[in-house]
Amino acid sequence: MSGKRQTAITVNGVTENHAVEPRMHLIDYLREECGLTGAHAGCEHGVCGACTVRVDGEIVRGCLTLAVATDGRRVDTIEGLSDTGEIADLQKAFHEHNALQCGFCTPGMLMAAQDLVREMPNAGRDEIREYISGNYCRCTGYQAIVDAIETVLKARKEKSGASPALKVVK
Amino acid sequence: MNARAELPVSAPGTKADTGYIGKSIPRANAKRLLQGRGAYTDDLRFPRLAHVVFFRSPHAHARIVSLDLSKARQSPGVIATFDGHAIAEYCTPWVAVLSHLKGLKSPAQYAVAIERACWQGEAVAAIIAETRAQAEDALQLIEVEWEELPVLTDMELALDPATPVIHPDLGDNLCFHRDFTTEGVDDAFARADLVVEDTFHFGRHTGVTLEGRTIVADYNPAQHSLTVYQGTQAPHMMQDIMSRHLNIPEANVRVVTKDVGGSFGIKVHVYPDEMATAAISVMLRRPVKFIADRLESFLTDIHAREHRVRTRLAATKEGKILAFEIDDLTGIGPYSVYPRTSGIEGNQVVNLTGGPYAHKEYRARLDVVFTNKNVTCQYRGVGHPIAVAVTEGIVDLAAQKLGMDPAEFRRINLIPDDAYPYTFPSGLKFELLSHHQCLDKLLALMDYTALRAEQTRLRGKGIYRGIGLAAMIEVTNPSPAFYGVGGARISAQDGATIRLEPSGMVTVLVSVTEQGQGNDAVFAQIAATVLGITMEKVKVVTGDTEVTPYGGGTWASRGAGIGGEAVLQSAKALKSNILDIAAAILNVDKGTLDITGNEVYDKLTGATKMPLSEVGRVGYFRPDTLPMDFQSELTVTRHYTPRGYGFTFTNGIQASLVEVDPDTGFVKLLKHWVVEDCGTILNPMLVDEQMRGGIVQGIGGALFEECLYSADGQMLNGSMADYLVPMAGEMPDMVIAHVESPTKTSELGAKGAGEAGTAGAPAAVMNAINDALLPLNARVSSQPFTPEKILRALGKV
Repeated sequence: MSGKRQTAITVNGVTENHAVEPRMHLIDYLREECGLTGAHAGCEHGVCGACTVRVDGEIVRGCLTLAVATDGRRVDTIEGLSDTGEIADLQKAFHEHNALQCGFCTPGMLMAAQDLVREMPNAGRDEIREYISGNYCRCTGYQAIVDAIETVLKARKEKSGASPALKVVK
Repeated sequence: MNARAELPVSAPGTKADTGYIGKSIPRANAKRLLQGRGAYTDDLRFPRLAHVVFFRSPHAHARIVSLDLSKARQSPGVIATFDGHAIAEYCTPWVAVLSHLKGLKSPAQYAVAIERACWQGEAVAAIIAETRAQAEDALQLIEVEWEELPVLTDMELALDPATPVIHPDLGDNLCFHRDFTTEGVDDAFARADLVVEDTFHFGRHTGVTLEGRTIVADYNPAQHSLTVYQGTQAPHMMQDIMSRHLNIPEANVRVVTKDVGGSFGIKVHVYPDEMATAAISVMLRRPVKFIADRLESFLTDIHAREHRVRTRLAATKEGKILAFEIDDLTGIGPYSVYPRTSGIEGNQVVNLTGGPYAHKEYRARLDVVFTNKNVTCQYRGVGHPIAVAVTEGIVDLAAQKLGMDPAEFRRINLIPDDAYPYTFPSGLKFELLSHHQCLDKLLALMDYTALRAEQTRLRGKGIYRGIGLAAMIEVTNPSPAFYGVGGARISAQDGATIRLEPSGMVTVLVSVTEQGQGNDAVFAQIAATVLGITMEKVKVVTGDTEVTPYGGGTWASRGAGIGGEAVLQSAKALKSNILDIAAAILNVDKGTLDITGNEVYDKLTGATKMPLSEVGRVGYFRPDTLPMDFQSELTVTRHYTPRGYGFTFTNGIQASLVEVDPDTGFVKLLKHWVVEDCGTILNPMLVDEQMRGGIVQGIGGALFEECLYSADGQMLNGSMADYLVPMAGEMPDMVIAHVESPTKTSELGAKGAGEAGTAGAPAAVMNAINDALLPLNARVSSQPFTPEKILRALGKV
């Protein structure tokens, strides 16, 4: 419980230096130590996906990952992805389809959606539904989220066809 | 005189420009949520913030013999520890009754239990520490000696004389009883050609808001004031309650509701741990935060449903329904929940059963009983999912026994569209409904005939598909008859204050809150439309008792209909005042002026006269240039209370297409259709989203969600790994269509849309499953319809 450990974690491109307890989860580290409140703690069991963030490019559950385990690594959150413009098209599609209501699941959902769009550029509706089943939404009924992701998949495919250089390299 | 400014938004009978009303405009306030830059209560930061955690009873019913907090108090970081007696010095107990639910009784409930815990999870001590983790560490050091008491978990036993009474002072375990009967009900059953009966069971479930209940209470001893940041649906109600139970003057209590991570009725109630948090802030004279973690949410967020309804229906052989009869039993936990009471859901079942149909006779019996499980209260739909499932389940059974198609049977019995206003046997009054239009539209939308043909064809191949229909009515825009007449200090009216800013922008402050439904968005659409300005000129502010007019908040599908009408009326008044100033500046008759595109223009010539920024500039900074006797009024407030009808009912019909696997008992949802009538549609995209989200929550209760308890009152599935909620992969696409019958009780004409999906979906899914199971001679009537229950019905396990 006691015995904090010094960490240096690159969060959204900036090195954060904090001494944290080994038991602190990444989601609490981001929220409490870094003041980045975009990712949310929903179920604290790794089920609901509201805490989804990226570590070295892979999406992880912030409530199942210990902060000290990310020492020296790169962590990206919704705030970072918003500022770089990486998911601007997803955010626009979510907005236009009203693919969010209360918005609590949305940062995690967008993280998963971006992962899906990168990993499965040819996904259909059933595959989209399957892929985001690890992210719970209690408000929307999911259909608008599926619609939004489907729209972005199509648009990115057209775009990458025209200009392969725009493809995000992981 | 003043004609244009006084006219309705859309003149009746004309095809007028409705501006932004009826358009699918994305919500402006969604952008911050999409960037993770919202402000949920846990996102706020406070100096000297302390964190409270609660020690909760591990037993469903037990007396506290001794409670030793001394070791916990010594734990690192701990600031204070309190038991129920200490908290009660600062927070008085409450009793949740309503005088119009005659005979409803409940014991006094304390913020933190004293002497006895009545359900597993009831708080019995509080630990306050510098961090949440330190407070939780100290929880392990509390020493309690318990004397376990008899536990009542089976509601069927609650009224058995042999069952111990949970609250001996009340005399029995009956919270509320109601009998209702029309005169000719016995005669109707006696002369019926067909009487069908069935018993329907509804499992307990809960809202599972992704954001747990969160409150930060910040007491300022210098001015004896309390600021409460809380994810609530009803800030003014909470202000009143905090004021009265903490003995702080009403105006000194401010409730601020920022972004809320899902509510669904869960966050409209008074929770003991939240009241305790406010009391502790007063006691410690510093800000204190409580967040219900996921286990606490399952154990203490209100549960709902848990009903058993015996049902009978009488019909003629020609297929005319003569009467319904129900006997509803519901177990609500050990306390009626404050201040709405736990009698309302059962009362709604009594009021609403049989709702869409034209029968004349009805009998209902309701018993609401205490048990030693978590409390139940109003959750999205409140009674509707039960009443609709009971009604539609027994209606389908009658159609089946008569050998009639369920759609045709409904057509014979739905209240005719020209029969309004209509008084229903239970006494409800319907202003204007459109059951037949909705039925016709639904059957065409889903291509019912083709689906039936496909169903028959597939059955030949051993594929069991089912089609289920569910007609329904929904309570929306409630009048003071819902709570106020029963003595609850819950506002049925809401208000809007609207202000022209000097720059020509408009700020609207509304007492209805935003929980993601899009209330803020439709308020902006209404204000912009009435004022003739563009959307980006409007800023909507909600969720602060110190800023907005007084009002009820968000519940019972009332936000858009009631809050929207207040916005409409305030915007009309502001527009009139703006034109007064413009007319004074221009020295012309006000009737010649109107506003469009953020500018005042001459109606006769169409010529632009001045931008609204010029009206603002003169009104605020150069009033000396206006006539001596002229005072500009660029801020106005208007309120709206629904009157005339107890509720503004909506109606609709849903259909579900499922496939049941008889080998595994799994139900696959293939598609879902809805045609609903919520009156004037303000934003079609947002209405459709309310429908879809509501349907999925209804499906959750029908197929997956249940709060399971052991016989000794231990909740067995208090995590999201064990309590199943709908996931994207198992939900169907949903097709939504509308009929619009605006209510004449308001100029806006909007009825509510928030709960219809949840109300009708379980019935539609149930009927679809039973339709699929029909050739296998199986039938289910106990929600949730798990694979196990379906296999049992098939005799396979």
